[in-house]
Amino acid sequence: MTISTTRRIAGAVAMLAASTAMTSTAFAEAHGGVSFEGETIEYVIPFSESGGSARWANFFAPLLSEALPGNPTVVVRYRPGAGSTSGANWFQEQTTDDGTLIFGTSGSTQFPYLLGDPRVRYEYNDWQVVLVSGTGGVAYLPDELAGLMDGLDATGLQDTDFIWGSQGATRLDLVANLAWEMLGMNVEPVFGIEGRGDGRLMFERGEANIDYQTSSAYLRSVMPMVEAGMAVPMMTWGALDDEGNIVRDPTFPDIPTFAEVCEATPACETEGPAWDAWVAFFTAGFPAQKMIFLPGSTDQAIVDAYTDALNEIIARPDFAEMAETTLGDYPQMTGAAAQAAFRLGTQVDDSAREFVINWLEESYGVTLD
Amino acid sequence: MELLATAGPALSDALVLIFQPQQLAFLVLGVLLGLSVGVFPGLGGIAGLSLVLPFIFGMDPVSGLALMVGLIAVVPTSDTFASVLLGIPGSTASQATVLDGFPLSKKGEAARALSAAFISSLFGGILGAIVLTAFILIARPLILAFEIPAMLAVTLLGLSMVAILAGRIPLKGIVAAGLGLMLGTVGEAGAGGSLRMASYDIPYLLDGFSLVIVGLGIFAIPEIVALLRQDRAISESGDLGKGWLHGIRDWWANKWLSVRCSAIGVLVGVIPGLGGSVVDWIAYGFTVQSSKDKSQFGKGDIRGVVGPESSNNAKEGGGLVPTLIFGIPGSGSMAVFLGGIALLGYDPGPHMVRHNLDITYTIVWSLALANVVGAGLCILLSNQIAKLTTIRFTLVAPFLFMIIAFAAFQSRQSLGDLVALMGIGMLGILLRRFEFSRPAFLIGFVLSHQAEAFANQVYQIAGARLRSSGMEGMLDYIASPLVLSILALTAVSIFIGIKQGKHVLGNDQPPTGAKRAPVIFLAALTVYVAVALWDAFTIRYTGDKVFPLTVGTITLIGALLLLLQMRRAPETHALFADNEQGGEDGSAPYGLWATLGWFAFLLGLSALFGFIIALAIFLLTFLRIRARIGWVQTLILTGAGIALMLILAGTLGRDFPAGLLQEFFDLPWPFT
Repeated sequence: MTISTTRRIAGAVAMLAASTAMTSTAFAEAHGGVSFEGETIEYVIPFSESGGSARWANFFAPLLSEALPGNPTVVVRYRPGAGSTSGANWFQEQTTDDGTLIFGTSGSTQFPYLLGDPRVRYEYNDWQVVLVSGTGGVAYLPDELAGLMDGLDATGLQDTDFIWGSQGATRLDLVANLAWEMLGMNVEPVFGIEGRGDGRLMFERGEANIDYQTSSAYLRSVMPMVEAGMAVPMMTWGALDDEGNIVRDPTFPDIPTFAEVCEATPACETEGPAWDAWVAFFTAGFPAQKMIFLPGSTDQAIVDAYTDALNEIIARPDFAEMAETTLGDYPQMTGAAAQAAFRLGTQVDDSAREFVINWLEESYGVTLD
Repeated sequence: MELLATAGPALSDALVLIFQPQQLAFLVLGVLLGLSVGVFPGLGGIAGLSLVLPFIFGMDPVSGLALMVGLIAVVPTSDTFASVLLGIPGSTASQATVLDGFPLSKKGEAARALSAAFISSLFGGILGAIVLTAFILIARPLILAFEIPAMLAVTLLGLSMVAILAGRIPLKGIVAAGLGLMLGTVGEAGAGGSLRMASYDIPYLLDGFSLVIVGLGIFAIPEIVALLRQDRAISESGDLGKGWLHGIRDWWANKWLSVRCSAIGVLVGVIPGLGGSVVDWIAYGFTVQSSKDKSQFGKGDIRGVVGPESSNNAKEGGGLVPTLIFGIPGSGSMAVFLGGIALLGYDPGPHMVRHNLDITYTIVWSLALANVVGAGLCILLSNQIAKLTTIRFTLVAPFLFMIIAFAAFQSRQSLGDLVALMGIGMLGILLRRFEFSRPAFLIGFVLSHQAEAFANQVYQIAGARLRSSGMEGMLDYIASPLVLSILALTAVSIFIGIKQGKHVLGNDQPPTGAKRAPVIFLAALTVYVAVALWDAFTIRYTGDKVFPLTVGTITLIGALLLLLQMRRAPETHALFADNEQGGEDGSAPYGLWATLGWFAFLLGLSALFGFIIALAIFLLTFLRIRARIGWVQTLILTGAGIALMLILAGTLGRDFPAGLLQEFFDLPWPFT
């Protein structure tokens, strides 16, 4: 077996080499002397192969390969575990700072960090951010329940027992749970589903009667239901403008934001501790949802090479079209904009944190120790 | 009629697209890659796909699809080599194949078993594609009919297979399955995140044990150690008896079994959320239940190979349905495949089936074609590769230790993987020694997570229904006709199992010795279950404690009943089965622990020096001292082994386990 296998593997290697040669363009540009020619860049994400982060990483990987000086091979590696904290803990210990190791995080990595989860042994401020990808989220209802809303006023929904599939109380879903609770709705999460896609299936099967999806999944899978009259959008979480105000989501300009619905619903207040906490976690979870990092000790020239490459990708004429289904119509931020978004995404003030921790324990019996 | 009008042209378009020389070349390339990756246990479709994904972007869609589909299609085919020849479950798809495939190899009928397995795979793959062609257009409402209670019922159907695989003493089977279920709850609970038999101070335990490691530990390590103690070839007679043609005749004689098991594969594969890991067990259980003469199962019955192998390739086809029409991956490799399709510019989901039907059919029929090419190649190779079973096993074993250690390391890329493999391997050895059903244990482990998740979800949703639409609404939900019929099937399966399971996978007169060893082992298991039960009791979040409490209580009662029976029974009773007291193991020239010690030696060295240096020392020592071969051969074999590891890891871009040495020195790859 050994010999024949070796031969086959050798064939695989030859195939790889040939394909590498095909995809590499002939020359490397000068980027402050940085060139990754002949190198392999590991793009590590702390998630498994299924799920949104894998899609996001696999979207950027081949583009980075084309845009980085020297056209390195960029491969996505998966280090799932403990809700993405084990992969992030691993990255914290890495010393590979020659630009051949990059790390992609998501809201699921940020939330445990923000909530002071005991598993967190990583420190965002030790890393250098090179890209921030934002996204949005849309909540939707079955057709027959959507009629209970009086315009933007959600008071009519307060007498219905809602149920939905949720990945966990401390995950990104807490933004949805908190929003619905603030509207005075009685929504029971069924915890323990594997991904948001399973939650959508529960909705389609009629087992759940409310749900939310991130923008790309909404466009891809919920829009057909909306067109078929089976689902009606309720609200988006909104987007942030340059001053940090919540405005309508550019991907869904016709759907009201939670802020508008909250404003119109007497039970809900757009000020006070609950609102502040919601805004803080929404900001951490959506407009700065996915980020690419280099280790903190990486040379500035390498960071700049990445920033240039990413700018080049974003400026591609076909970028919008390619990104539409995977990323949605959201800003892909680099440089100073990425820095600003990074700060928004990795900081919440203590009162918001306290509020959420108490609320998690009171509503779901979930503690973080 | 309208369906036919859409499907017909799309189908012929698809066939035209597939049968282009370039497309066929990519398909064959995918098949070759898939076969090469698939023969290594622990590496499956995900590893193979990750290998080609960097090149998919920018390829022409049909070529890219052909490459990826070719790769996915044959992984459940090629992993059969490890299952049949070496008793190593290559992936979750071929665990059940080990039960009869490996005994056939020991009888010297490896080529027969392999070719029967491949022709079954081929048939299952094609049947899957035919069913899909029609089904994909109408599947949506049928799939949506599978609500969570129905999925829970299918999970229970899977668990009911424990009844027929429990072995000589049913209670022991129940304890084994319960133990598997309990091991499956270790780590962070899915619903509330409570810790069960784990601690934040041991991060490795938070995610529980991976199926690959448990499969290798429970099946592969005990078998390798047992064989190594004999110091002869896998094939007892030392040569190959029946050849590959015989295997094809065997399949033909069991063609209806193959049809039925393929149908099971498609059906279970189609339901999103169930995952493929139950399919081969359900198919195996069904094969045993529906056979008249059950005496040879577990000892080398060819039907035990035909059944599960027919189902596992059909399952891949079935798994495509939810992947394509809902955009929800049925397995890890399907998830990567989805990512790949997105790179080609298509977006799986309702739109794709409606508007890109030709592409959809291209995927389906590339799958069928890849099955033909892959299984055909494997059949041609099976006589040659089967000769492995005639080589002195002592020369094969060190490389198997090497490969399973590397495979286990792929699950979490930490030294903990190797420790877990060793620990579970010891448990597997003891389960084998004292005749606790290892299949029952594995079924329990495989289904633990989903049994708990579905049970919790059904409970919650049913409660909400009760509040919103009363008793009737709740009963409509949990007792739909679909659920009731699956439950009825489960009841029949348990009934048949209890009635007829005694002689499957069990020794009629197992060797027994003193009472002491079996009692100590069972007592240790009992203590573990009691501790786990206490641990579950202290959990605050209700949703996370109900399942381990229930399962733990049943297991504990079973174990205590067994202990009680042991008090009363004479020491020659089958309860005290101890394979060290007689039979093949009892008379082996080498000791059990000394043999396992070699594997521990490899792991210990890895912890000190990292895997590659450890491997070099291990291979040299083993081949010189244990295998007693000359220096020249030793050096050649050691070099070949290390080269194989380097090429494999280099191609796939994998790291090796690092040891203490690497803590202090920064070494270049592959020593990192």
